[in-house]
Amino acid sequence: MTASSTKRESFDVRILRQAAPGEPSRWETFRIPYEPNLNVISVLQKIAAMARNAEGKETTPVAWDCNCLEEVCGACTMVINGRVRQSCSALVDRLLEEHEGEIELQPMTKFPVVRDLVVDRSRMFRALEKVKAWVPVDDYYDRGAGPRESQESQEERYPLSECMTCGCCVDACPQYSKVEVERRPNESIEEHQARQAEAEKSEFLGAAPISQAMLFNRHATGAMLADDRLNALSGPGGIQVCGNAQNCVAVCPKEIPLTTSIARAGRQTTVHAIKKIFDR
Amino acid sequence: MAEQRVLVVGGGLAGLAAAMKLAELDIAVDLMSLVPVKRSHSACAQGGINSVNDTTRQLGDSEYLHFDDTVYGGDFLQHQPPVKEMADWAPKIIDLMDRLGVPFNRTQEGYRDQRRFGGTLFKRTAFAGATTGQQLLYALDEQVRRQHAAGKVNIYEGWDYLGPIIDDDGRCRGATAQNLVTMEIRAFPADAVVLATGGCGLIFGRSTMSMACTGSAASRSVQYGAKYANGEFIQVHPTAIPGADKLRLMSESARGEGGRVWVPRTPQDTRAPKDIPESERYYFLEERYPKYGNLVPRDIATREIFNVCVNEGLSVEADKQCVYLDLTHIPREELDRKLGGILHIYEKFQGVDPRDQPMKIFPAVHYSMGGLWADYERTAAGGLMPGSPRNHQTNIPGLYAIGECDYQYHGGNRLGANSLLSCIFTGLFVGPCIETALKSLDASASDAQFDLLHRAERSKKEMEHKKLLEAPTGGENPYLIHQELGQEMTKAATVVRVNDQLTAAIEKVAELHERARKCSLSDTGVWTNQNVMFTKSLLDMFPLAKALLKGALARDECRGAHYKPAFDMPGVESTDPTERRQQAELWCDKFEEKNRKWLKTTIADFDSKGDPTLSYEDVDTSLIPPRPRLYGIVGGDIIESVWKERQVKKTESGAQGVEKPANGAAEVSRDPVPANK
Repeated sequence: MTASSTKRESFDVRILRQAAPGEPSRWETFRIPYEPNLNVISVLQKIAAMARNAEGKETTPVAWDCNCLEEVCGACTMVINGRVRQSCSALVDRLLEEHEGEIELQPMTKFPVVRDLVVDRSRMFRALEKVKAWVPVDDYYDRGAGPRESQESQEERYPLSECMTCGCCVDACPQYSKVEVERRPNESIEEHQARQAEAEKSEFLGAAPISQAMLFNRHATGAMLADDRLNALSGPGGIQVCGNAQNCVAVCPKEIPLTTSIARAGRQTTVHAIKKIFDR
Repeated sequence: MAEQRVLVVGGGLAGLAAAMKLAELDIAVDLMSLVPVKRSHSACAQGGINSVNDTTRQLGDSEYLHFDDTVYGGDFLQHQPPVKEMADWAPKIIDLMDRLGVPFNRTQEGYRDQRRFGGTLFKRTAFAGATTGQQLLYALDEQVRRQHAAGKVNIYEGWDYLGPIIDDDGRCRGATAQNLVTMEIRAFPADAVVLATGGCGLIFGRSTMSMACTGSAASRSVQYGAKYANGEFIQVHPTAIPGADKLRLMSESARGEGGRVWVPRTPQDTRAPKDIPESERYYFLEERYPKYGNLVPRDIATREIFNVCVNEGLSVEADKQCVYLDLTHIPREELDRKLGGILHIYEKFQGVDPRDQPMKIFPAVHYSMGGLWADYERTAAGGLMPGSPRNHQTNIPGLYAIGECDYQYHGGNRLGANSLLSCIFTGLFVGPCIETALKSLDASASDAQFDLLHRAERSKKEMEHKKLLEAPTGGENPYLIHQELGQEMTKAATVVRVNDQLTAAIEKVAELHERARKCSLSDTGVWTNQNVMFTKSLLDMFPLAKALLKGALARDECRGAHYKPAFDMPGVESTDPTERRQQAELWCDKFEEKNRKWLKTTIADFDSKGDPTLSYEDVDTSLIPPRPRLYGIVGGDIIESVWKERQVKKTESGAQGVEKPANGAAEVSRDPVPANK
């Protein structure tokens, strides 16, 4: 008999909670009345509304991030039953089939925890800046259409461009480690962020920004910054850190061919390095 | 004078376009957003972006026809100059997005491919798979990141706008905002504040909108005196996937690529859909609207789907309202290439492959046509005056509104694939307008003379926050009140509107507002307190909800998405030629009367408690005279011919009569910016 055909009245959700950075974490369990077709977001909404744990004790609502609820914004990423994914597309019926009677939620493991399931992923956006993930157009005036492009090229770029910077790839990556700089008393938000950025400067970029570098190197105008991107990928925390575990591609919710991008980046940086020797 | 700066609130398409354009003009920009800008709601837009293009042009299309389709589809409720300007800019905007690297789908030869969307007979819509909004958003996000790297844009992600800061002369000099993590409240000095904060779908509880779309930024501005326009015009999208937490959009592009909407002719036929033969399927849109078929404008498709389920009892399922949206006749490879993104959503959330089985869909609240009232300056040719500081300025000088949170472009009903266009257009267009505005100021909001003003407003917000945290427990639960508000609004103010129900809803919503003031917080902490931030946005939903209901109750007519059966004008039923003509004449008389009375923008002003008072403003229809919207109406042909004869007569008598102004159109009265500016 499958779990979904069992007559179920309720199920438990075990959540790893943390009040603030630097505070200890603890598990808290919530009991949710069963309904068919729930997702983890609607479970968290119910928890917020009841603010009571499985023992019936009043508790603060669990903090979590979300926005689109249709797996296109990347906000609601967390570790669900041990696997990093979006909570909107994590369906309760399936999760209970995976693990009878209980669902386990944890914050992502490679980012500083802000509170409960909320983490700070600004490092990922800073990495996009490092690899200059943009097309360097002259200006925003009217200069006619962009470069013509074959269907083949568009079909190669489009999947890479679907990356929503959710962080699943780096959370599952053994080479990507957490960098957390504790906030000093009376330190401003900006000062703290600056120290955090400094601390992660030579840490691994991770699969997502490497793939973005390849996306822009593939574009006719984007390629005008190809050398800058390859320099960034050859520097500290660059492509050489990748240990080829291939976890990234396995967890990517958009099925982006991340390992193909990494392999391509490997080839491009090698050619780039040789070219630099001869250009000297 | 200290350096002047602009605060852009909202990091979707409109906000990002404005930030990047202002940065290009060398104006210091602070960009503020609730979520990391890359996670903004624009990412959810699926189908595409409209403009006349090289191909449609050769089939007789033009910017003017795009403009015409937009105002006709919107039932003529828009001021026409902004719409004309937008249609004129459209091809250039798509070219620019193409240069920025958006992976638009391509033809074999490598040109941008286009598909057809609702409310037009031309293939005007450029697209990037079925995640066009995401792709456009990312392209702008990348440019803003580039401007940030160049030191031209400061980005404040995770900040909630609390309201404008207005000086004694009534000019906006910045805004207050609160950090969602640290809960710090700050005053941001700014010489112009641009609101690009999107729609207010969360007022309806569940909708196709993202969780950030509470309308709170607009509401917090109207509570400082900004006017809100056409609040009652809410688009209900015909095709969404019902869900417990959200109604997920199923793009119009599914129909644009050949998707067909149907129900079994036998109510709740238990056979599998593919076992039901063609003859026993009711393709109700195709049958009733032979010209546009499945691509009638959204308001019409929505009403038909609602009608077939609710009134005709033909819902596919007995316990749930839904109809089939069928793509199974289209080759899989083509579906994957053109619609992959949305099929993936259906598959993931419903566990059914829409390439094999028709999807089950039902209408859902989708877009706010109404929004903050904003001004414009018209040229003699009928477009917008480039660089005029009036364009997109609200009635509060220095406070601007662009994107979905303004009211200007879509009138009574928005055409599909026009919203991405209006968002990017307004973002780009407003840049030089603000540049002019800044030049005319003889001070900077960052000057010492405004310190006191900023500090006072910040303290006020800190007090309000503290009061909310310390409020005596009234026992009300903000999440449950939100659910009740959503149910009430969905019942009374979506597809079909009835005055008795609206009156009852007004009372009920007022009651909920009172109860919401007595919310007990389950979290009174000072770190990442989502409970208190949600309660604040809930409280701010009420002014807009009230304006929406009041506007809907007052407007005794049918126009665009606003449908009141009691005031519907059925077509011409008679078959006798003389009688038909008489009925058509009567119909046109009634239509003219209705326009005299209701072809007006609803304007809401709010008192200190957030209760709205309504007034009305004439609409500038000087470029394209309003005409009956005759999609599928019985006797449409005779009505159209009578209407055309009247127009000819009018033009002839107009030519003999009073001389027209030089620009060929009368200046209409517009709500002036307060004289105390």
